Amino acid sequence: MSPSKLDLCPSVKNMLLLDSDGRRVAVKYFSDEWATNSAMEAFENLVFSKTQRTNARNEAEIILLENHVVVYKFVQDLHFFVTGGDEENELILSSVLQAFFESVNLLLRGNVDKKEALENLDLILLCIDEIIDGGIVLETDPNVIAGKVASNSVDSGAPLSEQTLSQALATAREHLARSLLK
Amino acid sequence: MAQPLVKKDDDRDDEADYSPFMGIEKGAVLQEARVFNDPQLDARRCSQVITKLLYLLNQGETFTKVEATEVFFSVTKLFQSRDLGLRRMVYLIIKELSPSADEVIIVTSSLMKDMNSKTDMYRANAIRVLCRITDGTLLTQIERYLKQAIVDKNPVVASAALVSGIHLLQTNPEIVKRWSNEVQEAVQSRAALVQFHALALLHQIRQNDRLAVSKLVTSLTRGSVRSPLAQCLLIRYTSQVIRESGNTTQSGDRPFYDFLESCLRHKSEMVIFEAAKAITDLNGVTSRELTPAITVLQLFLSSSKPVLRFAAVRTLNKVAMTHPMAVTNCNIDMESLISDQNRSIATLAITTLLKTGNESSVDRLMKQITNFMSDIADEFKIVVVEAIRSLCLKFPLKYRSLMNFLSNILREEGGFDYKKAIVDSIVILIRDIPDAKESGLLHLCEFIEDCEFTYLSTQILHFLGIEGPKTVDPSKYIRYIYNRVHLENATVRASAVSTLAKFGASVDGLKPRIFVLLRRCLFDSDDEVRDRATLYLNTLGGDIEIDNDVSDFLFGSLDIPLVNLETSLKKYEPSDKAFDINLVPREVKSQPLAEKKAPGKKPTGLGAPPSGPPSTVDSYERQLLSIPEFANFGKLFKSSAPVELTEAETEYAVIVIVDASEAEEFSQVISKPLRSLPYDSPGQTFVAFEKPEGLPTTGKFSNILKFIVKEVDPTSGEAEDDGVEDEYQLEDLEVVAADYILKVGVSNFRNAWESMDPDSERVDEYGLGQRGEGLSEAVNTVINILGMQPCEGTEAVPPNSRSHTCLLSGVFIGGVKVLVRLSFGIDSTKDVAMKLAVRSDDVNVSDAIHEIVASG
Repeated sequence: MSPSKLDLCPSVKNMLLLDSDGRRVAVKYFSDEWATNSAMEAFENLVFSKTQRTNARNEAEIILLENHVVVYKFVQDLHFFVTGGDEENELILSSVLQAFFESVNLLLRGNVDKKEALENLDLILLCIDEIIDGGIVLETDPNVIAGKVASNSVDSGAPLSEQTLSQALATAREHLARSLLK
Repeated sequence: MAQPLVKKDDDRDDEADYSPFMGIEKGAVLQEARVFNDPQLDARRCSQVITKLLYLLNQGETFTKVEATEVFFSVTKLFQSRDLGLRRMVYLIIKELSPSADEVIIVTSSLMKDMNSKTDMYRANAIRVLCRITDGTLLTQIERYLKQAIVDKNPVVASAALVSGIHLLQTNPEIVKRWSNEVQEAVQSRAALVQFHALALLHQIRQNDRLAVSKLVTSLTRGSVRSPLAQCLLIRYTSQVIRESGNTTQSGDRPFYDFLESCLRHKSEMVIFEAAKAITDLNGVTSRELTPAITVLQLFLSSSKPVLRFAAVRTLNKVAMTHPMAVTNCNIDMESLISDQNRSIATLAITTLLKTGNESSVDRLMKQITNFMSDIADEFKIVVVEAIRSLCLKFPLKYRSLMNFLSNILREEGGFDYKKAIVDSIVILIRDIPDAKESGLLHLCEFIEDCEFTYLSTQILHFLGIEGPKTVDPSKYIRYIYNRVHLENATVRASAVSTLAKFGASVDGLKPRIFVLLRRCLFDSDDEVRDRATLYLNTLGGDIEIDNDVSDFLFGSLDIPLVNLETSLKKYEPSDKAFDINLVPREVKSQPLAEKKAPGKKPTGLGAPPSGPPSTVDSYERQLLSIPEFANFGKLFKSSAPVELTEAETEYAVIVIVDASEAEEFSQVISKPLRSLPYDSPGQTFVAFEKPEGLPTTGKFSNILKFIVKEVDPTSGEAEDDGVEDEYQLEDLEVVAADYILKVGVSNFRNAWESMDPDSERVDEYGLGQRGEGLSEAVNTVINILGMQPCEGTEAVPPNSRSHTCLLSGVFIGGVKVLVRLSFGIDSTKDVAMKLAVRSDDVNVSDAIHEIVASG
């Protein structure tokens, strides 16, 4: 898509979810600036290495990289990134980022970490799909997004009893860890 | 024991390495995908397999065409399942597989069924998938459903259709444009995002119709927009309308400014910021208009959110470039940002402060910056260095502390670009602030003592050779330079030899000592170093007074953009005619339109003249020569700067470049029409004229663009046979005398003047009438009329001077060298008189120059 046609419409160039070593958990590119997988990986490495040392755990952080504005937030061992153009309204990108990690938080029931994210990768991918469509913001309300994603699995009639074994284990482990820490 | 706590951490590490996709392998997953074909579908299992496929794609794995097709076909079987979750995954993977046209047909009916399903989630997603993979032909079939979906009462469905419309508009504009009515209805939707998507689509449908956009903005700014995102869009459209409407209204108010200002009080920060940014970006924004925007940005500076602080400080930083005074109010908030955790924010704050700071705050600022420099990345350091350079030029009296700062950071660790930025800054300060010269040169000397970058060392040595001899005590630099001859690589050694020679040539007292040093270089291990030493010893050698020509040859600058010289040398073919350096064009050509958008190059410090854009003389010439009719016209003499024959931004932009070939005359000989000019792409058409023998002919051409508009068949992409003839009146094009003269400077005007035949001189006096703006305006006018190169900086008229002499040089068509000496005088009534003396290789040309001035 030519930039002139869309330059007035807020647009997102990519959404990245990396782990604490900078490896992909889930990524989605909406711009053809990164034509090959290696170009994408190079960008992810750059973003990861430039932001790694910053503290983006309480508030979302922001950095300017190679004519891109990147907003990001770290939760446990997950790094959330949303990239936009140089001139994009930073606060719009930030609202997309917020939609991203808050809806993931809802979908993973508060257990936001890499393992949980990988075990529910389908939910993460659907979540990205519900936030941005071809670079255009589709929805930014985390409750609506999570609702749209989760409605699928709930409607399929899978009761909680059908939680995957690992989910059940994770919950149990958390209870155990809490009791140990007391 | 504390054991359990530690243990827990260990556990976590192990878990982090565990992944449900561990050991996943493409071949195995593709095998697994066979479950899609099972008569009894296991929805959960199928979902898992799709997730695995998506995981592989996400990790950068690619499927071959065969693999992708196979997966696609088996995925289509999954439409049988009624499982919602599985269906979502099916949608997702179909989009990722981006099927080919014949594959799309397979799923079309399934997707169309979903589009008409009772489940909103199916409808919304099926629309998105179908629009993503479809092509134009299919679109007409589903158009009816899409139009309905746009006004659907379910916002998710409406948004899906609208966003798909935005994407489809790029490929199938004529179809999407037919949805205008529905989209307009959706703009009034109560659902925030539907409004946003509808507005974006409506604007894109109408973007080529300025009046319609203006109407849209006018109606919406009266307030019916609910969603913050839609409001941001509206602000962008409003600024666009303001930009295009040009000037303020008669009352002096800017149209729609009130709307932008009212958005500063919106409840959403996103909208407030968008409005503030829009106001600061207004063309020729006034301080009064800026104030409310600056006020809200200032509030953002102390926000707890880094993103907000960043956005505000970045915008203020930009404002500071044009309206530093408007930003000074924020200085206190800005200073507290110097210690911001986020280094981008801190850097932006510092550079803003450097732009807005006053003389008294410089020292304090420098102290704060020094503490901060050690822990930021090189790219930020460069920004800071550049800001300090401009600050120093603004407050020359403060050069001492700024130069100190620069020399300190020069000693610290840093990469090439950073060091180069510092060195460039010092060089610029030395050039522009005379007091800073001595200390600056010594800093540079110290730097090359321990410099790992050959490029910087040689550049500094070259610079030392120019500036060093002019200082009070040139001898103190010799040691630094000669040290290089001992300790460096061959490239730097060769530079050092040249620099030594420059000192020897310019400072007589040092000559004997330099000779001793140069003789030692004769034994260097490198050819280039030895050659240079030999050359200098021989040319400067003995007790003979150094001839001016020799020193000009050795040390004078070429005065020619190197790119142009390179092009000319490449074109030169060995023949009886010697290469004439005087015919090398000296002007840096204006850039062709395409390049204009490239960001302007920052002034370079060290590298002599900027490298300039790739020679366009060359590209035009090549273009002309490629047309057989023009090939025998002779060498391209000059091509003028592009002239726009239309007002910028009209639909047909016509640009003319006057190319003066040597055989130019003024009756039309050839015209080369353009066969076809597709929408949105530039094309070229050529017309050649003959001019009468002899004198340069000037005159006006009126231009009419005649053309036939043909519709292009959207399906075949071919133009229809019938068209409508049309014409378009273009601006006049004037061919002026300057088009016949090449700007070619001379380095020593006096010498050049004297070497010309005095008999060719023609002198006359002219009254230029009253000039309200004083002498400089008169001087510029004459320079522009003649289109010649001002020499030795004589185009600059000192303010309030009563008289001025300006020296011009150039080459007239036919390769005739011309020199002009202009003497101006102004009296108390601002009446300007001018004496024009001209010498040239051809008396007729001398007369011609007078004629040009007399008629100009």
